[in-house]
Amino acid sequence: MSEDLSSLSAEAPPAARHPGASRLSAGARRPLGWVERVGVLVAYHWVLFKRTFHGALVSRFLLPVLFLASMGLGVGSLVDESSGGVDGVPYLIYVVPGLVMVTAMNVGVGEATWPVMGFIKWNEFYRAMLHTPHRVLDVLLAHWVMIAFNVLISAGAFMVVAALFGGVDSWWSLLALPVAVLVGMAFATPLFVVGAKAANDSIYSAVFRLVITPLMLFSGAFFPIENLPFWMQPVAWATPLWHGVELGRAAFLGGPVPDLWAVHVGVLVAYTLVGAWFSVRAVRDRLVA
Amino acid sequence: MAPDLLLTARNLTKKFGDFTAVDGIDVEVRKGEAFGFLGPNGAGKSSTMRMVGAVSPVTSGELRIFGLDPETHAQQIKARLGNCPQKDLLDEELSVEENLWVYGRFFGLSKAEVRERATELLEFAQLTERRADKVEHLSGGMKRRLVIARSLINNPELLLLDEPTTGLDPQARHILWDRLFRLKRQGVTLIITTHYMDEAEQLCDRLVVMDKGAIAAEGSPKDLIARYSTREVVEVRFDADDHGAFADSLSGIGERMEVLPDRILLYADDGDAATAAIADRGIDTLSTLVRRSTLEDVFLHLTGRTLID
Amino acid sequence: MLGYALWRFVLLRDVLAFKRMWWLFLSGFVEPVFYLFSIGIGLGALVNDVTTDQGMVISYAAFVAPAMLAASAMNGSIADTTYNFFAKLKFSKTYDTMLATPARPWDVAIGEILWSLIRGGVYSAIFFVVALAMGFVRSWWAVLAIPAALLIGAAFAGVGMWATTYMRSWKDFEFVTLVIQPMFLFSATFFPLAVYPESLQWLVKVMPLYHGVELQRGLLLGDMHGGLVVSVLYLVVLCALGLWGASRRISRLLLT
Repeated sequence: MSEDLSSLSAEAPPAARHPGASRLSAGARRPLGWVERVGVLVAYHWVLFKRTFHGALVSRFLLPVLFLASMGLGVGSLVDESSGGVDGVPYLIYVVPGLVMVTAMNVGVGEATWPVMGFIKWNEFYRAMLHTPHRVLDVLLAHWVMIAFNVLISAGAFMVVAALFGGVDSWWSLLALPVAVLVGMAFATPLFVVGAKAANDSIYSAVFRLVITPLMLFSGAFFPIENLPFWMQPVAWATPLWHGVELGRAAFLGGPVPDLWAVHVGVLVAYTLVGAWFSVRAVRDRLVA
Repeated sequence: MAPDLLLTARNLTKKFGDFTAVDGIDVEVRKGEAFGFLGPNGAGKSSTMRMVGAVSPVTSGELRIFGLDPETHAQQIKARLGNCPQKDLLDEELSVEENLWVYGRFFGLSKAEVRERATELLEFAQLTERRADKVEHLSGGMKRRLVIARSLINNPELLLLDEPTTGLDPQARHILWDRLFRLKRQGVTLIITTHYMDEAEQLCDRLVVMDKGAIAAEGSPKDLIARYSTREVVEVRFDADDHGAFADSLSGIGERMEVLPDRILLYADDGDAATAAIADRGIDTLSTLVRRSTLEDVFLHLTGRTLID
Repeated sequence: MLGYALWRFVLLRDVLAFKRMWWLFLSGFVEPVFYLFSIGIGLGALVNDVTTDQGMVISYAAFVAPAMLAASAMNGSIADTTYNFFAKLKFSKTYDTMLATPARPWDVAIGEILWSLIRGGVYSAIFFVVALAMGFVRSWWAVLAIPAALLIGAAFAGVGMWATTYMRSWKDFEFVTLVIQPMFLFSATFFPLAVYPESLQWLVKVMPLYHGVELQRGLLLGDMHGGLVVSVLYLVVLCALGLWGASRRISRLLLT
């Protein structure tokens, strides 16, 4: 296209041309209700999701399945041979709910780290959203809705594959899906605080290395935390992943409702809500100061 | 408040901790005018714009946009504003038209409305041929035009432009000014911040000169020049490192003198006469240049500093 | 001679750059250690003893430890020759600046690979100390474990760097994950080859990490056998191939 001054067209239209249309006409405009506000922002994330979905297939879907094959089948065969399984079930059955929750955690964390820093620091698209009739809470709620959706489909897809491997025994397992979403959110909302406050993204390498990987390995996903040294067990109790694994395993085994189910749910909800509260504050400090 | 006042600020103040970015300014902007904030970087222009854009809370003083208080009616204000921030804030992964669509949807416009407006605005921004391209492949000037098109998607009654041409090459600036001029002719109210005096002179009907968070003067570009400068200026350069040493030899020529590190400015209504006076005194200059006074001279007179340093 | 050993300056630049990020550098060793404690010891409590492919009966943790030593070497060198190398190649244009000096592409390749070996070596050494302290080192042959780790690192460094020269954007690094993660999980790291069906065993034997794991397992357990010669040869050939490919591609990318 030519940027020559002489080629500028004369007809330029953007002045008021929509006298009847509610949100384009002069004067006060019909406000958006909060469902509508979050909805239009989610629609944007949906556009991004469709665009980036295929790029995340390996880390989202393939890696959990590889873990399932290696740990569930490979190491599982050693476990079953030597101790006849764990808690009375074959190791594959034991480890699948753990891996569902690990997947939920990883997706929640993945979506709440670099992408968030992108919206706040790199392309700063959150700022663009705040120039339209939206508040920080709307912007974050919409992003959280999308993360919850991401966690749900990743955990769901993993469960389908696990079922094909013979790792799912009961329809009650479906109850693990809402738990997985809670686990994903319990990790995601607190990480928004990091995205709003951190100077650069090198902090995330440390988060993955020093927080996420140890949590995956020591929160009862692969073996009962009773096998840990006694001082490490209270640490596991404090982590959202362990509570999710406990609930998920109960759902998968279709056994009795765990005594402490309300505590488990409460811890996950508390992480999510406290994280949400602090992240709204942190993003507000950063973007609307 | 009079119905044609879109913006009123009384003693508007913005503080970040101990630092006062905007120090009690009074401003009124009427419907249909192009209003400018002229000042160097750090004068408080962007802080003012962010308060007017209802994205930054007012520390003290009173601010009304469309007669509404941004503290309580931010959503209603933003629904009627167009905001063209200093940074592009585009989603570079999306195409040109997708950027317009998603932004339009943020205002709650229907898909049909958004598509119709996007088509018109792409034409206006001369981006129709690039509509399907990813934003990351556009030039800086094209991105700016896209940001302006985007800020018009909700048919705003007031358009905020924060440093619209900073960082663009001269040709891209001229194309952008032409687009803004068209908007102005169509009666869109504009508020522009800039540290370019030529931009302020070309686009603004009325402006305030801002320095260190406060307003130093207010008026039309013509008024301000008439009030704070002479008709013409003679720029005198010497073959020397210290121009201050020549100030005495030039004193008395013209009405007023400003000594800058690399030149001396002589303010006079008749520049040629002043040049002749220099020659009469037998002073050996490297060059003398007669030009018209600009807003740069106004700023220099008011603050003793140049706009761009 | 002009241009003699200018890779020293490439290396020096890396050392200086990482002084500011030392904690990120150092903390890279923890991952294999976590795996050793979690899978090796925690899960190992449910496994009791394992029979290696050479017929040795050992505790599960002692089985996993050498594998994690090999993985440390791999992780350390891969981090620098893929992600960090790509960032410098594409974004910070570090090498364009360097090649404006008498340094040649060969110096860049050597300098970066040496740096990655230092990193892989540090990770392996720390891991080795942990393994030693916990009693997983059973033989004097283990004095060769660190040199072996450097060989493993060099094999991965060259190939990793070579592959990185073909990457177009960060998205292509999914392929790195796609290669490294399966290798980490399936190279007789967590369970012996015998667990696999016969038909899959050859596939495992093709993977470079398998040979690294075999080598370290032999050295730490003192279980020396003829197969280790094949493993060493495999790694040496891979290392040479990687260096050759990487420096060729770097010349092509930077000297055009």
